[in-house]
Amino acid sequence: MTWDWQFAIEIFPDIASAIWLVIGVTFGAYLVSLTFGLILTFLRRSSFKPLAFLTYWFIEFVRSTPPLVQLFFVYFALPAIGITLNKYLAGILTLGIHYATYVSEVYRSGIDAVPKGQWEASRAMNFTKIHTWFRVILPQAIPPVIPMLGNYLLVLFKETPILMAIGVGEFLQEAQLIGAANFRYLEPITIVGLLFLLLSYPSAILINKLEKRSKLGYSANKKQKGMSVVGTDGEAVKQSAGG
Amino acid sequence: MSLGLMEKQLNNQQVADQEQALVKYENVKKQFGDNEVLKGLNLAIQPGEKVALIGPSGSGKTTIIRMLMTLEKPTSGVITIGGEPLWHKKVGEKLVPADEKHLRRLRTDIGMVFQHFNLFPHMTILRNVTEAPIHVLGLSKEEATERAVDMLNKVGLGDKLDAYPEQLSGGQKQRVAIARAVVMRPKVMLFDEVTSALDPELVGEVLQVIKDLAEETDMAMILVTHEMDFARDVADRVVFLHNGQIEEQGKPSEILENPKSERLQSFLSRFLA
Repeated sequence: MTWDWQFAIEIFPDIASAIWLVIGVTFGAYLVSLTFGLILTFLRRSSFKPLAFLTYWFIEFVRSTPPLVQLFFVYFALPAIGITLNKYLAGILTLGIHYATYVSEVYRSGIDAVPKGQWEASRAMNFTKIHTWFRVILPQAIPPVIPMLGNYLLVLFKETPILMAIGVGEFLQEAQLIGAANFRYLEPITIVGLLFLLLSYPSAILINKLEKRSKLGYSANKKQKGMSVVGTDGEAVKQSAGG
Repeated sequence: MSLGLMEKQLNNQQVADQEQALVKYENVKKQFGDNEVLKGLNLAIQPGEKVALIGPSGSGKTTIIRMLMTLEKPTSGVITIGGEPLWHKKVGEKLVPADEKHLRRLRTDIGMVFQHFNLFPHMTILRNVTEAPIHVLGLSKEEATERAVDMLNKVGLGDKLDAYPEQLSGGQKQRVAIARAVVMRPKVMLFDEVTSALDPELVGEVLQVIKDLAEETDMAMILVTHEMDFARDVADRVVFLHNGQIEEQGKPSEILENPKSERLQSFLSRFLA
């Protein structure tokens, strides 16, 4: 069996048509993992020990079971106790929660790297806990781990074919159907690989750039991005000087 | 045992004298594991009083101010500020451990400058100084900015408003940190070895800012320091700590020029040598 260009060109649009679905599922799951990961990070640091302990075991449990098993559990087993999700939601939530446990580790490493003095200064300035988290700690904890977070976006993207197991029509599912109908798998599966490469590679380059930027200081970043912080503050100065 | 009794009476006498004190430590002990850092501290600071804490490292002087800033919790004893217990809350007649709300209310009277500055690196100098006035005191942005610019001018950094901490020298950073704390107008300012992390040539500018501040304001100050000349210039009272206890205290001239205890004598000789 040799490569058939005509067949490949013919089926390419069919497989590629799943691109928006794949992108949608990836970003949906990524959003879930970023937010739920942050929630897990907070819960794990809760001063209410049973909650912190429970969260720790939840993370351990989710990380040490395969996502495919979790997916089956969510889609096929949960309806037994009355929770029925459509396949897209089940896929997004399962992948999102699975990766949330990794993302939570990334957040944790970022938070641990913020010097103790920042917490103490926040206390001395009498900030509330929420203010301390969102205005002092996280703005310092997250930029250095953006490359690591970005990496999980890529990993998550490459994990989307498992959704085929519950009938989500992503690249592999489409290719599989075409392959089965025509008894030719070489072209469809190759195209799937090619599509993943086409989407992954630019993202990897982008993450590399982010990584370089995150190594620069705050002042350098400000200049590069031309952030408006200066503008607004500068305005306020002028106003106060004028008044 | 008569000595112990005398000490007790003396303490009671002191407590009576210090009814008007702004800050008061009553038999405060602090233990880290097996290590007892403070062994029953009694100390009162009057409103506006400038007190220098000196002593060898490990004598407990930094712990004293860290407990007042609520960064460390005393193992036992009571610290009051403005007559109110800091770490306890009165519920009826009983004292119960303070909650965050109570701590936040009393903390408004206290400001602190750290050895390692602890500026917020992701904020401009101006935002470092306006952040708390806006979000803690609830000032408008204009009002907070006006106050902050005023304060930054006073410490000689009015031209660095849009710079980031990483662009400043150590001495400049520490002056920003002083502005950041003073802009909140606390009743007592705590200085924790604020020149120890600085290159020698930068020490002077920071001490000068504190000296000016001490002369201009009626804030009380507690200064943990190894700079004896500075203590002499700024402090109304110098307290010498040794092994978690007050060994000797009095006017700077008495303490620094006519030390009575042998420990203080040998401690000072190391600085004069």
